[in-house]
Amino acid sequence: MSELDRKRDRTPAPQDWTYAPAPESRDVVSIAEQYGHFVGGEWLEPAETYETISPSSEEPLARVGQGMQQDVDRAVGAARGAFADGWSSLPGSERAKYLFRIARLLQERAREFAVLESLNGGKPIKESRDVDLPLAAAHFFYYAGWADKLEYAFPNRRPRAVGVAGQIIPWNFPLLMLSWKIAPALACGNTVVLKPAETTPLTALLFCDVLRQAELPPGVVNIVTGDGRTGAAIVEHPDVDKIAFTGSTEVGKAIQRQLAGTGKKLTLELGGKAANIVFDDCALDQAVEGIVNGIYFNQGHVCCAGSRLFVQESIAEPLIEKLKRRLTTLRVGDPLDKNTDVGAINSAMQLDKIKELVAAGVEEGAEIYQPPCTLPEKGYWFAPTVFTNVAQSYRIAQEEIFGPVLSVLTFRTPEEAVEKANNTPYGLSAGVWTEKGSRILWMAQRLRAGVVWANTFNRFDPSSPFGGYKESGFGREGGRHGLEPYLRFDE
Amino acid sequence: MSRLPVKKTYKLFIGGAFPRSESGRTYEAEGQNVARGSRKDARDAVRVARAAQPGWAAATAYNRGQVLYRLAEMVEARVPEFAELCSGRDEVEQAIDRIVWYAGWADKLPQVLGGANPVAGPYFNFTIPEPTGVVAVLAPDEPPLLGLVTRLLPPLVGGNAVVAVASETRPLAAVELAEAIATSDLPGGVVNLLTGFRKELAPILASHMDVNALDVCGSDGDAPELERLAAENVKRVVHGRADVQSPWEIASFLELKTVWHPMGQ
Repeated sequence: MSELDRKRDRTPAPQDWTYAPAPESRDVVSIAEQYGHFVGGEWLEPAETYETISPSSEEPLARVGQGMQQDVDRAVGAARGAFADGWSSLPGSERAKYLFRIARLLQERAREFAVLESLNGGKPIKESRDVDLPLAAAHFFYYAGWADKLEYAFPNRRPRAVGVAGQIIPWNFPLLMLSWKIAPALACGNTVVLKPAETTPLTALLFCDVLRQAELPPGVVNIVTGDGRTGAAIVEHPDVDKIAFTGSTEVGKAIQRQLAGTGKKLTLELGGKAANIVFDDCALDQAVEGIVNGIYFNQGHVCCAGSRLFVQESIAEPLIEKLKRRLTTLRVGDPLDKNTDVGAINSAMQLDKIKELVAAGVEEGAEIYQPPCTLPEKGYWFAPTVFTNVAQSYRIAQEEIFGPVLSVLTFRTPEEAVEKANNTPYGLSAGVWTEKGSRILWMAQRLRAGVVWANTFNRFDPSSPFGGYKESGFGREGGRHGLEPYLRFDE
Repeated sequence: MSRLPVKKTYKLFIGGAFPRSESGRTYEAEGQNVARGSRKDARDAVRVARAAQPGWAAATAYNRGQVLYRLAEMVEARVPEFAELCSGRDEVEQAIDRIVWYAGWADKLPQVLGGANPVAGPYFNFTIPEPTGVVAVLAPDEPPLLGLVTRLLPPLVGGNAVVAVASETRPLAAVELAEAIATSDLPGGVVNLLTGFRKELAPILASHMDVNALDVCGSDGDAPELERLAAENVKRVVHGRADVQSPWEIASFLELKTVWHPMGQ
């Protein structure tokens, strides 16, 4: 045998670059067979229940209560009782300590919550572990500090609690949205009736155990599960003083109509169709990462997702090429696998909606690209999708898809980019990619959106106000501004 | 022979001009024939307000403050005329002082209402107030001049354009104010004043898809229905009071924009 043959003989087989599964353990979570409503610090037996599943496997996880009028009545009664019976008159410094406790408990039990969030919602464990949970805890920690400093937040005004807050949250960031709602409400001295989304109730129900551990007085936070009917009962309840809603623009408008003339305070965080604008002088690789994070983060189930990509014409071809190549490296699959980038679509209903809009995009003449990927057989899945050759009038460029679907459009001048970006009834967020500082500020000033990410995208922080212009809603969550919806002022 | 005075024709104020209602209609108020604005007048007013708003918002805050201060100068120059159209000299003086007070807010709002946010990461993050856009104002009946000024100045100083419906029963002070505005360097279309029947005009503005905010101060019991109409494009509905002066009144007509940028080498 020659030297060469001997060498060849030792050469290993071609590398297999597929990842070995790296599943996060489910042991850390125990799920009950059935949950009731959490009212007045106790579990209320539900009259009716429905099944909540894991969208990645369609495996049933538990039965939860379908909140009826009488459940909402009891929850509002408990909240009113707790408000009158001490919570609103508790010194801010004491309220703060409950919130600090909750923040700490969420940190301590973070992995348990992250696994449950990924199980019930379908989002990758990488995201629930590194984004949802740390932010949820941080939110409680941030607002805890405000509870005894409210008089410094609004100069020359005398703030006091509103009363009972009814809060209705979506399924895309279940625990994080809960914390966005509950933390400022409690910091300002209100009590709460919260309804988690129909498809993702489990982390909110586990959160009740955190409240028990924190020894929060009964009735200060009440959780009623159910579908839209439960939400409507909260909105219509005469003894609720304030409604905070995060969800679709359509439902938001209905709520605003319903509350007309009632004098109830209202904040709405609704849909979006964000423009992510890429100039030819951007750092191209970073921009590609930002585009991917902007639309495929959380399967695109993000109201502020960068779903309309505007690329300056001169770099459209190389950018789209890079973007497509990057897409082939996204791993779609088991949400509990630590390598997964894109998890399951949250529900069959949402999957249908995505499919319908994507079909409309193809029908209207856009060019579709999906990277080769094998989707699991069970569960709800949709491959990351890019549409090119998109006209502004296409439905995929106008309607919120709320899925991993990007529409690419082009522009030539900054003025044109601004005009196209603002040409939507929405105004929640926008992105700008350029290495030119003056252009960033020029663009940021002109984009009609509540959040502008420059050379970054989808960043969140409890100290940073978040909320929309135009039909994306009103009111802000986060920061000092996020206190205002939960206060009345004696002037 | 005594001289016969020249009487004034009371008209609308749209886009910096004084047109009659396109409908050709008038109604009698305070002993005068006053233009009775129509649906088309209201729509025209919204259109010119939308066109004028970006320029007004883009003016420097210092400049906006000076222009509004100039408005106070113009009202001061007509104190006797205004005094006859409202409760008297006191009301006019209060109105002037209120305009001056708000003029001074123009270049202070971002410092009081915005700020830098200490996010947990290598980002520079700040929040600034920006105008909502086009604001419809239903002026209160009383006090006829001060009430209108109280509701007009907060949206204006923040950089919005306004379409205001004057008091139906006391519209003359509003028309007089339009004449002061016309000579105040405020760009045409930034303030538009409609006279006419409130029940006719208010629903048109409340349901208009290109109006961003609605002040129902002078809605006279119709607020619930107007609020319902306003939901169609998620308008910001403000229950303004006729007697309040505060930067928080300005804040009701402002959006908050938060900008993020990474910090790095």
